[in-house]
Amino acid sequence: MASQKQSSQGLQWPADCKLANIEPEHLRNIIVRKERLAPTVTLVEVRAPLVARAAKPGQFVIVWPHEKSERIPLTISEHNTEAGTITLVFQEVGRTTIELGEMEVGDEIASVAGPLGTPTEIDFYGSVVVVAGGVGAAIALPVAKALKEAGNKLVFILGARQRSLVILEDRIREISDQLIITTDDGSYGRKGLVTEPLQELLAEEKIDFVFTAGPLPMMKAVAQVTKPYGIKTVASLDAIMIDGTGMCGGCRVTVGGKTLFTCVDGPDFDAHLVDWEELQARKAFYFEEERSQLSTLSDHQQLGGE
Amino acid sequence: MAKGGPRNPMPKLPPEVRIRSFDEVALGFSEEQAIDEAERCLDCKNKPCVSGCPVNIDIPGFIKLIREGDPVAAARVIKRTNALPAICGRVCPQKEQCEKVCVLSKKGEAVAIGALERFAADREAELGSSGEQFRPENPELSKYSVAVVGSGPAGLTAASDLARMGYSVTIFEALHKTGGVLRYGIPEFRLPRHILDREVEYVRSLGVKILTDVVIGKAVGVKDLLREGFEAVFIGTGAGTPKFLGIPGENLSGIYSGNEWLTRINLMRAHESDYATPIKVPKRACVIGAGNTAMDCARTALRLGAREVTIVYRRGRAEMPARAEEIENAEEEGVKFQLLTNPKRFLGDQRGAVRAIECLKMELGEPDESGRRRPIPVPGSEFQIECDIVIVALGQNPNPLIRMTTPELKTEPWGGIIIDPRTGMTSIPGVFAGGDVVTGEATVIAAMGAGKVAAAGINNFIREKHNLDR
Ligand SMILES: Cc1cc2nc3c(=O)[nH]c(=O)nc-3n(C[C@H](O)[C@H](O)[C@H](O)COP(=O)(O)OP(=O)(O)OC[C@H]3O[C@@H](n4cnc5c(N)ncnc54)[C@H](O)[C@@H]3O)c2cc1C
Ligand SMILES: Cc1cc2nc3c(=O)[nH]c(=O)nc-3n(C[C@H](O)[C@H](O)[C@H](O)COP(=O)(O)OP(=O)(O)OC[C@H]3O[C@@H](n4cnc5c(N)ncnc54)[C@H](O)[C@@H]3O)c2cc1C
Ligand code: SF4
Ligand code: SF4
Ligand code: FES
Repeated sequence: MASQKQSSQGLQWPADCKLANIEPEHLRNIIVRKERLAPTVTLVEVRAPLVARAAKPGQFVIVWPHEKSERIPLTISEHNTEAGTITLVFQEVGRTTIELGEMEVGDEIASVAGPLGTPTEIDFYGSVVVVAGGVGAAIALPVAKALKEAGNKLVFILGARQRSLVILEDRIREISDQLIITTDDGSYGRKGLVTEPLQELLAEEKIDFVFTAGPLPMMKAVAQVTKPYGIKTVASLDAIMIDGTGMCGGCRVTVGGKTLFTCVDGPDFDAHLVDWEELQARKAFYFEEERSQLSTLSDHQQLGGE
Repeated sequence: MAKGGPRNPMPKLPPEVRIRSFDEVALGFSEEQAIDEAERCLDCKNKPCVSGCPVNIDIPGFIKLIREGDPVAAARVIKRTNALPAICGRVCPQKEQCEKVCVLSKKGEAVAIGALERFAADREAELGSSGEQFRPENPELSKYSVAVVGSGPAGLTAASDLARMGYSVTIFEALHKTGGVLRYGIPEFRLPRHILDREVEYVRSLGVKILTDVVIGKAVGVKDLLREGFEAVFIGTGAGTPKFLGIPGENLSGIYSGNEWLTRINLMRAHESDYATPIKVPKRACVIGAGNTAMDCARTALRLGAREVTIVYRRGRAEMPARAEEIENAEEEGVKFQLLTNPKRFLGDQRGAVRAIECLKMELGEPDESGRRRPIPVPGSEFQIECDIVIVALGQNPNPLIRMTTPELKTEPWGGIIIDPRTGMTSIPGVFAGGDVVTGEATVIAAMGAGKVAAAGINNFIREKHNLDR
């Protein structure tokens, strides 16, 4: 076991160390970078050396910030094998994401397990469109990047409610042949929904593949737009999860009449075959419980920490 | 008490008290009761009871020490072959194991072996171990490392046996806490968390390293472990994937698998107000199935505050697979049984949540492959049971993650890993397996027995590979 660097952030992963020699300290999930991308959207780069080594586009981790938290799935937005870190981008929508957003550089996340899920099928399709809404931009980024690297012509449609919620614009612009931004209120880019430019693109040129990530109603609308054209359309689903390993069955979805587990068989599924109403109902099941969890947070936290 | 006299009953919390908390139901023997019970043992020469224990505990040997008033020494005897005695004493299906072959069982009054095992382990912990330092049999072996995948009873047992021999052992566990089903499945009122924590700590004290949050097959492949400095791998990943009925409406919200229901409570502590994981407190809950998992789900639902909990089972009373003791406990606590009843479909409300089960009445026909009488639907007998929570507890299949990512690994069509039963080795040299991942859902003690077989197999494998004498 050579070159163990001891730093303020705990033991560093020894580069030439075999797994048989590592200690629990090597795997501690320390936050090394934090950025606020929008008023309620935060990016953290966290040490997770085993995850970083194995991560592929479309995969996620289960994050458990502290003893009393829920286990929540977050997509691996970027990973750095050398540094042994992964980047997570999350929207603060409830207790666990708000508490995660309060953690600072140097803090330790109790648990980050992954990479989970089946990686997105990356292929040379020809012309592809990636449609992302809100924090879906972070989920779609690694997939878009891989699609571009596979030689596809990439159009990225990025939607948000308003200008302040448009995230990762520069990173996305870098990899896209064309970037179209829409906002609901017209405060940035085009006014309107992501489906409008998508509709126009499909009418104008031949599109071979569509990938979508974001709010459920948006993904469903995207599927409706591409369906008449028969374009293969894949959506990254966000079912409620616990373990993320196929153990609880809580994340099950109906796809083409079959029951599948989002964490093992997905999170990507054929958007034309997903039973969206059922997924919506399952996601909304704990609405009252989630609201009441918020009352355990302070007023400051409820405002998203801003 | 004379040899062979009547058995001491296990003291229990009264039902009306216990359904209001998650406190342990069985209270354990007092010193006097334990000695009295130990005196019943005939100290049989041929020790028939030992053959009924998959880890071959020297049963008359430890009982004798209890009789002589030295439970700490008794615990040591047990721990020579069983690293988890306080757990086994609580959850082993003793009536099907050691106590079944105890000579006194012929009179229907076997020695309470499980209760005595529990007593010895708990007393040892209370009195504090006398500082006896653990020394491995052969410290030379520590230069060889073994990876153990999964921290359920199979993995913990394989790890502790290997550590005792002298190997360096690392356990990889996918979840954030150890124990497998012992943690997320079996509820606290049968197996308190501090007992489990204590026995896992004991395994750690043997030098076993435990890395949680590592999903083997995803973060690291099984065969990669062999390239990462491990001489051998033991797969003890259990049977974690829940079975469903496959009938219409099963994905309505409010329908849980047994695993999800229990995990939310046992692992995530959803019933405690300061923990974030949500759970729905049922008004009327239906549990489908009648195994251990079903009883645990039903009794947990009662403790959450459900007004009514009903077990729905397609066969009859005699066919229920759960431990007799747990069926009795469930009944005492007020769980209702709707037997000879099979769900046909689930009905939902306008919000997509379950509101009722449409069921068919069943009749028992000829015995099937399992030897139990086959349930046959009665035509036209449809009726509805109203409920707001359904828990489907039909058992589990092996988790597919390792199978999906290790194509060379030979498995049964239903997912179980195929091994050589004498050594525990799989189709990949150096990779061993045991427990529920091989047999399908079985018992804690069977998984531990399999962990022992594999530990011995691994020892032989490494010695052969490195030309060490045995
Ligand atoms: C595969 C996958 C990848 C995801 N990637 C990202 C990401 O990169 N960035 C991001 O911001 N969000 C992502 N999500 C969604 C994220 O997991 C939820 O926003 C988060 O769990 C909310 O937890 P909370 O306690 O803060 O909010 P809560 O108040 O508990 O819930 C708010 C909403 O989030 C959903 N939710 C709650 N608990 C869970 C859970 N355990 N699992 C899944 N969904 C839940 C529910 O639909 C709920 O209505 C992803 C979800 C999945 C399934
Ligand atoms: C609710 C319930 C009640 C039960 N009650 C009893 C009882 O009273 N008495 C009795 O004898 N038996 C009982 N059983 C059965 C008993 O618990 C099991 O037979 C036993 O736990 C099997 O042990 P195991 O070590 O093979 O697997 P498990 O206990 O399932 O442990 C497997 C472990 O491996 C981990 N794992 C899985 N995949 C991976 C991976 N890819 N990488 C890393 N780790 C992984 C899991 O997270 C888990 O911790 C019960 C089962 C259930 C579900
Ligand atoms: S471990 Fe189980 S089978 Fe063995 S003696 Fe104890 S209770 Fe009996
Ligand atoms: S068979 Fe029964 S009576 Fe005989 S030694 Fe074993 S426990 Fe004692
Ligand atoms: S999250 Fe439990 S099975 Fe998918």
